Amino acid sequence: MKNYDIVIIGGGPAGLAAAVSAKQSGIDSILILERDKELGGILNQCIHNGFGLHTFKEELTGPEYAERFIVQVKELGIEYRLHTMVLDIRSDKTVSAMNSEDGLFEIQAKAVILAMGCRERARGALNIPGYRPAGIYSAGTAQRLVNMEGYMPGREVVILGSGDIGLIMARRMTLEGAKVKVVAELMPYSGGLKRNIVQCLDDYGIPLKLSHTVVDIKGKERVEGVTLAQVDEKSKPIPGTEEFYSCDTLLLSVGLIPENEISRGMGVEMNPVTSGPKVNESLETNLEGVFACGNVLHVHDLVDFVSEEAAAAGRNAAAYVKETVNTSEEREIGLVATEGVRYTVPSIIRVAHMEDNLKVRFRVGSVYQNCFVSVYFDDERVLHRKRQVLAPGEMEEVKLSKEQFLQYPKLQKITFKIEEE
Amino acid sequence: MYDVVIIGAGVCGAAIARELSRYQVKICVLEKEEDVCCGTSKANSAIVHAGYDAVTGSLKAKLNVRGNEKMGELSEELDFPFERNGSLVLCLNEGDMPNLQALYDRGVANGVKELQILSKEEVLKMEPNVTDDVYAALYAPTGGIVCPFGLNIALAENACANGVEFQFNTEVTEIHKSEEGYELQTNKGIFKARYVVNAAGVYADRFHNMVSEKKIHITARRGDYCLLDKEAGGHVRRTVFALPGKLGKGILVTPTVHGNLLVGPTAVDVEDKEGVNTTAEGLAQVIEKAGMSVRNIPIRQVITSFAGLRAHEEGDDFIIGEVEDAPGFIDCAGIESPGIASSPAIGEMTAELLAVKMGLTEKDDFIPTRQGIKNPNQLSMEERNALIKENPAYGNIICRCEMVTEGEIIDAIRRPLGAKSLDGVKRRTRAGMGRCQSGFCSPRTMEILSRECDMSMFDITKSGGDSKLVVGTNKDII
Repeated sequence: MKNYDIVIIGGGPAGLAAAVSAKQSGIDSILILERDKELGGILNQCIHNGFGLHTFKEELTGPEYAERFIVQVKELGIEYRLHTMVLDIRSDKTVSAMNSEDGLFEIQAKAVILAMGCRERARGALNIPGYRPAGIYSAGTAQRLVNMEGYMPGREVVILGSGDIGLIMARRMTLEGAKVKVVAELMPYSGGLKRNIVQCLDDYGIPLKLSHTVVDIKGKERVEGVTLAQVDEKSKPIPGTEEFYSCDTLLLSVGLIPENEISRGMGVEMNPVTSGPKVNESLETNLEGVFACGNVLHVHDLVDFVSEEAAAAGRNAAAYVKETVNTSEEREIGLVATEGVRYTVPSIIRVAHMEDNLKVRFRVGSVYQNCFVSVYFDDERVLHRKRQVLAPGEMEEVKLSKEQFLQYPKLQKITFKIEEE
Repeated sequence: MYDVVIIGAGVCGAAIARELSRYQVKICVLEKEEDVCCGTSKANSAIVHAGYDAVTGSLKAKLNVRGNEKMGELSEELDFPFERNGSLVLCLNEGDMPNLQALYDRGVANGVKELQILSKEEVLKMEPNVTDDVYAALYAPTGGIVCPFGLNIALAENACANGVEFQFNTEVTEIHKSEEGYELQTNKGIFKARYVVNAAGVYADRFHNMVSEKKIHITARRGDYCLLDKEAGGHVRRTVFALPGKLGKGILVTPTVHGNLLVGPTAVDVEDKEGVNTTAEGLAQVIEKAGMSVRNIPIRQVITSFAGLRAHEEGDDFIIGEVEDAPGFIDCAGIESPGIASSPAIGEMTAELLAVKMGLTEKDDFIPTRQGIKNPNQLSMEERNALIKENPAYGNIICRCEMVTEGEIIDAIRRPLGAKSLDGVKRRTRAGMGRCQSGFCSPRTMEILSRECDMSMFDITKSGGDSKLVVGTNKDII
């Protein structure tokens, strides 16, 4: 069995950034395991621009953004294996993986970084009734067919879900010659970034119907049309509001789920809100030396933040391997998400392990206007930031400094909430 | 000229073909779809019922008990997944105890072995997620679960290996009596046969009524189901039924033989014999009723929903035998639940009936066994590595959710009666049947189908016919 200091599961944006940063933190023995035929993950099919504004201060396409990291991985001589599927990981960090060249093999890691990304929710998750013909695709599958293989999944398209991939695909399908008739969104607000609504729908005159869902799919062999209906506050369709759209394709962009089957199998504790692991300030799971970053931890909107988070995971994994962490004080402070805040990452902070600054990322549960993001250290409000708009589709962050914590030696609980004033 | 033409390649048609292929006889199976297992056989509860439900003395009762007995051995001979997980019928109040007792008595009369009535405590000890409202339950350890596709495909492949011819995309439109037997008009020309077996599922009435004055009527009775992620598969270990009502056995909660959790079906009579659309009301009813038997079903983990049609005949029993006023025309009609469970016995009974009638002699080279598609997940590390060394395609995972390799998919396509569509691959290998519902693997499976079948990507279908998956190339109509 081969040994590595750090094994990284996944060679997408998170895995690449984690590898680069671990290497730069002084670890030489690193292996990236990637199941696809190339590094870069889902970025390879995201051929639109808008990536890298934060990281590189320029606008790149997905493949270009990935390339920046792939070049670094290669220059730094980081080992990676493609076409390689990780089957499972034991809690002692033995990784079993397989490819057609090496067969089934095991690797012993000192630290593991989980960077498997996420998958799209399928039709079943919404229990959309109707027939099950050809022509129903998740938006990401359609994106792969169009952008990587050059095939059109259909000519007349209805899109359910206004998450970013759905919006991006509305534009892409239009550019490639399809007619996108409408984008329907179950919620009263879009799940995507504002800029994508403007650039992908408004600019092309594609209507967005909020508080609408698909209530029937027609067509026995190929989709012939779908029926949309308006929904009430409980997301139940309102009888009498049905409207039929003839189309040959239904694209679903109804949410992403972190792919944590391997994590669960090894005993990683999950946060039911994010469907990702519960992690501490080092992005370390309940299993010592097992770290998580990127969309496997919680679904991000911007790859720039994935890279940033993954770089932290890489540094922390390196510190773990080198045993440079000061473990004299093991006090754990819990982070509580409440009153409008759905979750925080991390959910535990050990001050002794903190870097100088820590970014706590979170999402809100619905749209808020003219309100405040508040952070309480126990009962004392330490942050009260005015915001014009907060929306579930945009991830938020708050920076906490180590210095701040030193002033609260008895701190037990940090609470994140949204306040009206 | 065939000795026997079987209409329908569902589980009954395939079982009859397989049993009949023991004899020296020329058989052809006509199927209107592109593959076996495309109708009722593919969308049902996949339960191998123990046999306590049907009225004592009925064909349903007799064939169910016999089919259940045969299923274990058959699954070994033909290499398909089957498990005797046991069934529970819940009684939720004391007042219904006479009905539960009646079910027990009927089971005993039908010849079902090992039946027991369990107390509330015993039930909850066995299945902690069963509702606290349970008063008692009938426990049938012989009840089982099967892969409905696996069973149907295994029977058909074995029939094929024993010389049975299969014609797909071949729809029978008319049947005429001829001097030697029957002439079946199809979209692919005329097929002549001395004997005809009508195993046409929800269409069996149509064919029966073409040759007989004594009409029958098959009602398509739709059932909606929800299938949950494997993570929920252990929620119950046994199949949990409510006490049966008028329209059938009610809504059940069961693990599948592959480890998912299945809840359903509803029972709604529909006009359209292809009406396999789910409805919002149906799915809501499934979820609500299932919750009355089993607590805390993780409904958030539904990965897909589907509907199937039962072939319900008014006489409420299977109709198997030669049609009175149509000599040589054998009905196998009204095969609703417990059809899957009974299928091995239906095959046996129909084949014996024909063998006697036709005076057939057995072959001496009948092949009784069939090897399924190798499942590398069941091999040891050494065995798996030997397999990958011999054929590297077994090291290449295509479906991440179900961990299906390219080697399995190629086998599914290349073997006799192989897969020709995405659904064909899915039913044979489970590629695309997992939690992402083919989001990741469908483009790759399409590529493999295109390569292996030497088909253009534009001709690859989900399930034959016009179910094409891609319609052109980028910008081709701009």
